Amino acid sequence: MRSEFWRDTPVVSKLARPRNPLLGRRSFLGLSAALTGGLALGAKPGRTETPIASPPADAPWSQSIGPGVVDRPYGRPADTEAGVIRRNVPWLTAGTESSISFSPLQDLHGIITPNGLFFERYHAGRPGVDPDRHRLMIHGLVERPLLLTMKDIVRFPSVSRIHFIECPANGGMEWRAAQLNSLQFNHGMIGCAEWTGVKLSTLLEEVGVKKQARWVMVEGADGAHMNRSLPLDKCLDDCLVVYAQNGEALRPEQGYPLRLVVPGWEGNVSIKWLRRIKLGDRPWYSREETSKYTDLMPDGTSRGFTWLIDAKSVITFPCPEKPLGGPGLYEIRGLAWSGNGKVTQVDVSADGGVNWQRAQLHDPVLSKALTRFTLPWRWDGKPALLESRVIDETGYVQPTITQLRKQRGSNSVYHNNSIQTWQVKPDGSVFDVQLS
Amino acid sequence: MFSFRRLDSVTLRWPREARPSKGARGPSFEARRKGGEHLRMTLWVWLGLMASTSIAIAAELGHFGYGKSASPAEIAGWDIDVRGDDGAGLPAGKGSVNQGAEVYADQCAVCHGAFGEGEGRFPKLVGGIGTLKHDRPELTVGSYWPFAPTLWDYINRAMPMPAPHTLSADDVYALTAYILHLNDIVSSDFVADRDSLPKVKMPNRDSFVWIDPRPDTMAKPCMTACAEPNDVKIMSTAEGRNLTPRTTGPLDTMQPK
Repeated sequence: MRSEFWRDTPVVSKLARPRNPLLGRRSFLGLSAALTGGLALGAKPGRTETPIASPPADAPWSQSIGPGVVDRPYGRPADTEAGVIRRNVPWLTAGTESSISFSPLQDLHGIITPNGLFFERYHAGRPGVDPDRHRLMIHGLVERPLLLTMKDIVRFPSVSRIHFIECPANGGMEWRAAQLNSLQFNHGMIGCAEWTGVKLSTLLEEVGVKKQARWVMVEGADGAHMNRSLPLDKCLDDCLVVYAQNGEALRPEQGYPLRLVVPGWEGNVSIKWLRRIKLGDRPWYSREETSKYTDLMPDGTSRGFTWLIDAKSVITFPCPEKPLGGPGLYEIRGLAWSGNGKVTQVDVSADGGVNWQRAQLHDPVLSKALTRFTLPWRWDGKPALLESRVIDETGYVQPTITQLRKQRGSNSVYHNNSIQTWQVKPDGSVFDVQLS
Repeated sequence: MFSFRRLDSVTLRWPREARPSKGARGPSFEARRKGGEHLRMTLWVWLGLMASTSIAIAAELGHFGYGKSASPAEIAGWDIDVRGDDGAGLPAGKGSVNQGAEVYADQCAVCHGAFGEGEGRFPKLVGGIGTLKHDRPELTVGSYWPFAPTLWDYINRAMPMPAPHTLSADDVYALTAYILHLNDIVSSDFVADRDSLPKVKMPNRDSFVWIDPRPDTMAKPCMTACAEPNDVKIMSTAEGRNLTPRTTGPLDTMQPK
């Protein structure tokens, strides 16, 4: 059932208004049934539809023949979805080659990000890699330095895993104050996909890691030769060297033909266009892990090697891009995730964090993957402050921005996993705000 | 103990499509390192059963044999990394501050400014020393970078942006010397090479904590009356700030309309 139908006030007004407008996760089924009945008895069609396509008239597309198969050999979204695209913030970076784009979370449904809408982060633009000439070198403290072609890599035992990748700068523009009035621009540096490839541990067993090895350097074939250091333990635990995303070859934007996926850790360590893996006894302290992707504290010290993505959640409906259409029954929807494992609980508040109600989590609830949550909400047309708060399987509770600032000040740029507050105004419009 | 490389060259000469694959869980490399005896026995069994191309035997070996050994020459071409804290991997060559000034004017100044001040939104390379506790800290090579060899490594692998990894080692040494000098970290007669660079002490070297202290917040999962309703106030709003590109229609260039 689509949310627009619930705005049908004659039906909704028949329903008893509970004391707490957040309706609880089990109360919604009954309401939906009541609504369906009401609609079937004679609710009017949506206002936005062109009259000629509405009953009793037949629609033009119902009285003609459409293009045949392979008219679009590789499919694409409907023309009317043309505005659902990755977008950038032009004032954020000097150019687009070393920059970031944001995924349109406000128009996405479910836990899987479509490949064409997965956020981009480049350090030297998007390289055009020829898969036939691409090589993966594994060397350093190994018994048998190896050079692999893409054909070699695909022969290894394959695994598929669903994981999110989030840039640690997601929400980074909001450390000082609410700045960007947008779900896309405040939270869109994240995507979740089914990744297929070979376990990094399989490749490391193949080359034989020497006893003194403790660290692994991973490097891309892009112009930045982007490189990061990773502890060997993490590489042996759950890292993947992948060639496919959501069932097809990686897109060039996502590292075609080969990338690393480091589940639950900040996105930039999941090196794209992966060409080299070197084992060593100590970290490399590359530019990207010293001058960038380190967190400056108020006392002038900096935290390095802050890889973990702490638990985070956000309400994706309503949001600034998807305001409310008038008082009535709505389904609050959102996403939650944790780099530490599974999401165990999400709570929603409509009063700025004074009272909370547990939202329903939707299957599948996977480790280090986006998890969907919903909660029915009867909006009475009064001002509201909507928030969501996630708890993960380690018991970690998503903090407020005030709690984060108390620990880290406001110059750390990265790892802002604070609770997002959406201010709902009486006209249904929604704004990004921060609370005391 | 047989090395895998020798084993590979002696025995694995089957047609590629007939080469063995391994079960999902072979012995770990730790186990294999300790298991020389086991490996030798496995080899005899393997040789005995070669004609049958048994998959099970291949699984015992824990070795796929795909790809080829990387030769020393191949490794040398790609082995470009330089370790930040001790300069391990720095190549032969050298460069002076004066040489660096010339290369910099040719290759870098257009984006980073004649004196490292940064053009537009391109990164500043100079200044900001002592500002890290300020409300608006300035993070540059001089004020923030902990290790001088990291500067060599980054210029070498990623710069100049339109033609990365095309400068000679001498030019990279010279640029490193020049940028350090612009920050008053080395004198004008400094010559950068594999011995001198690791000895340069960067101003911010000792300010990094390399062990993640998180979780650093201890929020409680309170459910009701978690705050005084009157204390819940909006401290900032994005409304009316005009910083947000539009999220419908074509891409927003945010040029004056």
